[in-house]
Amino acid sequence: MDRNDLVQIAIYILALLSVVKPLGVYMARVYEGKRAGLNVWLAPLEQWIYRICGVKSEEGMPWKTYALALILFNILGILIVYAIQRLQAFLPLNPMGMAAVSPDSSFNSAVSFATNTDWQGYGGESTMSYLTQMLALAKQNFSSAATGMVVLVALIRGFVQKQTNTIGNFWVDMVRTVLYILLPLSLVFALVLVSQGVPQTFSPGVKTTAGQTIALGPVASQEAIKQLGTNGGGFYNTNSAHPYENPTPLSNFLEMLAILLIPASLCYTFGCMVKDRRQGWALLAVMFIIFIPCLLLVTQIERQGNPLFDKLGIDQVESYLQPGGNMEGKEARFGIVGSAIWAVATTSASNGSVNSMHDSYMPLGGLIPMWLIQLGEVIFGGVGSGLYGMIGFVIVAVFIAGLMIGRTPEYLGKKIEAFEMQMASLVAFIPHLFILIPTAIAVLTVAGKAGIANPGPHGFSEVLYAFSSAAGNNGSAFAGLSANTPFYNIALGVVMFFCRYWLIIPILAIAGSLSAKKLVPTTQGTLPTHTPLFIFFLGMVVLIVGALAFFPALALGPIAEHLMLVAK
Amino acid sequence: MFFVQLRTALIAFILFSIITGVLYPLMVTGIAQTLFHEKAQGSLIRSSHGKILGSSLIGRNFSDPKYFWGRLSAATPAYNASASSGSNLGPSNPALLEEVKARIAALKRVDPGNHDPIPVDLVTSSGSGLDPHISPAAALYQLDRVARARRLTPAEVQGIVDQHTQARFLGLLGEPVVNVLEVNLALDRYKK
Repeated sequence: MDRNDLVQIAIYILALLSVVKPLGVYMARVYEGKRAGLNVWLAPLEQWIYRICGVKSEEGMPWKTYALALILFNILGILIVYAIQRLQAFLPLNPMGMAAVSPDSSFNSAVSFATNTDWQGYGGESTMSYLTQMLALAKQNFSSAATGMVVLVALIRGFVQKQTNTIGNFWVDMVRTVLYILLPLSLVFALVLVSQGVPQTFSPGVKTTAGQTIALGPVASQEAIKQLGTNGGGFYNTNSAHPYENPTPLSNFLEMLAILLIPASLCYTFGCMVKDRRQGWALLAVMFIIFIPCLLLVTQIERQGNPLFDKLGIDQVESYLQPGGNMEGKEARFGIVGSAIWAVATTSASNGSVNSMHDSYMPLGGLIPMWLIQLGEVIFGGVGSGLYGMIGFVIVAVFIAGLMIGRTPEYLGKKIEAFEMQMASLVAFIPHLFILIPTAIAVLTVAGKAGIANPGPHGFSEVLYAFSSAAGNNGSAFAGLSANTPFYNIALGVVMFFCRYWLIIPILAIAGSLSAKKLVPTTQGTLPTHTPLFIFFLGMVVLIVGALAFFPALALGPIAEHLMLVAK
Repeated sequence: MFFVQLRTALIAFILFSIITGVLYPLMVTGIAQTLFHEKAQGSLIRSSHGKILGSSLIGRNFSDPKYFWGRLSAATPAYNASASSGSNLGPSNPALLEEVKARIAALKRVDPGNHDPIPVDLVTSSGSGLDPHISPAAALYQLDRVARARRLTPAEVQGIVDQHTQARFLGLLGEPVVNVLEVNLALDRYKK
């Protein structure tokens, strides 16, 4: 790594840390129902929405009602997005005359955009009409991001409230998330992106004198929420590698910042809401402790380039004239470090947008993003979902610590008992099942093997990455895999669905159960959960539970490929 | 309870669709078209007669020795701006080595006297298949060839390349790059 690599990494991390507090405080005020700065304009709209929908905004919901409302709203999203894709040929705003999307691909994308995965089995600019991009996909980017965030907020209320049987009002939480947080941020960000060259137009694509047809569309409005809401579903097939989605180094930096902006800031929101900001910093610290070494490693590995190229008279050494390194699948304007930061950020968060092709990374450079997804998407993770997943791991950690010191485990003054532990275990282990079993099925079946693009262990990595990405609701891919087939569309769709809602329901159950409990006073025997010791302990729990399960599978894929490559 | 929530869900879904699926993109379009019209329309480059030559953000395929060549493109056909694609070839895939070797051969064919090491970005596919840029090293590698083919001095060509080279943002972010289409269009316009 040269000095500029470290400078770009440092600027990124410092910029991220500097926004965590202001945005974190703001979001806490939004969720606590306090005045949050934009009330003058938005409060009348908010009240109007409640009136039209018949929502009694003061009334809380028991966790089962909350879950019911959430599931109904999400199922509607799946059905309608499916319908819009199937009918797009007959709907307006289709200047390029896109035909109906196939049933299996429509199913996959409908689930994908409802679950905040945004796996792209399709090529955006060659498949979707402008209307589908806006009304189906961009709309779901807002709804699915908000869904993750409200589940987190309900869980936090579980720690804050005492002896109550409600966990907040789903509709109020959703409306406030969209109106006060996601929409204003997206609006500003979209305009900044246009200023960098991201198109925002309803004109059809243009044909140049050289015979090139250039696809255009309302790109910026989708790009903004795609990055901010850890969605990741791009307007174009190659996502943020496409110069229209990500034209400049500045747009690249801001889009990378947007990936982690809300997930990181929510840690601070958590600290504010539980009235102990150290607790928020502690969770953020665990995330950074795992994130930063991964970032440095991927940069260093990609920097070294491909050993097979050395004998061909190719210059892979960085200099002031070129980034060098493994440039296959990377854009010249981002080089190595601008691609590596993105790859690590997008997979530690469950964003899944890409600005370089992960399939062409060096074996170990691709292993790290895959492994970050397999950790359970809790290192930042999706908006809301990352932190509720992390709190799930906290419950596991205090439980293990409780066993070691022989005391009833507590977290933030609430006793952690068998029920919470059972639910947290579901959260920790369901993704493992939904990654490893379908991967095994895929590599044993003809339909599964048919999609593999690269030979040898790398082909296995493609399949493993696909199911990891679906289970982690990430959405990035080793995109050589031909996943737009009935087998993968359906298998991945099912995995995404269960790994989203089968985690949300146990989390809401924990929220309900904790809300009903009384607060136990802090005593000398209480395990402090903000100390370096606990931060280290929680980090180890995440690593051991999340990572060891996948070591054998990773050995068959990227590790085997690495050994083959260095042996050549 | 079920039907109360279902009714709310239906109405809320419609409202969310209108606000985030229609009004939001319309609002962004309205403001963007007013403030940044050219960019919102795709940063198109037009000839003096108003014909669209290309976009300064979208690469184009060049294979004539008198032009600078861009990155390899895995889109079909190369630089297809309505179906972007990376190669997605893994680092150990023999097909990757074949592509790289074919590119090296093509570069040597038009410039047999050049024995400099070839900058890696000139023999690898970009992520999008539409990368408008190459590194300054990749431009330098091709400089003498382009100058010879156009009967210009290397210094003249270097001058044009420099005009279309972007430094890092604030000297810090991204990588320095040369815009291939802009340089080639400028070369075609250039008169001694």
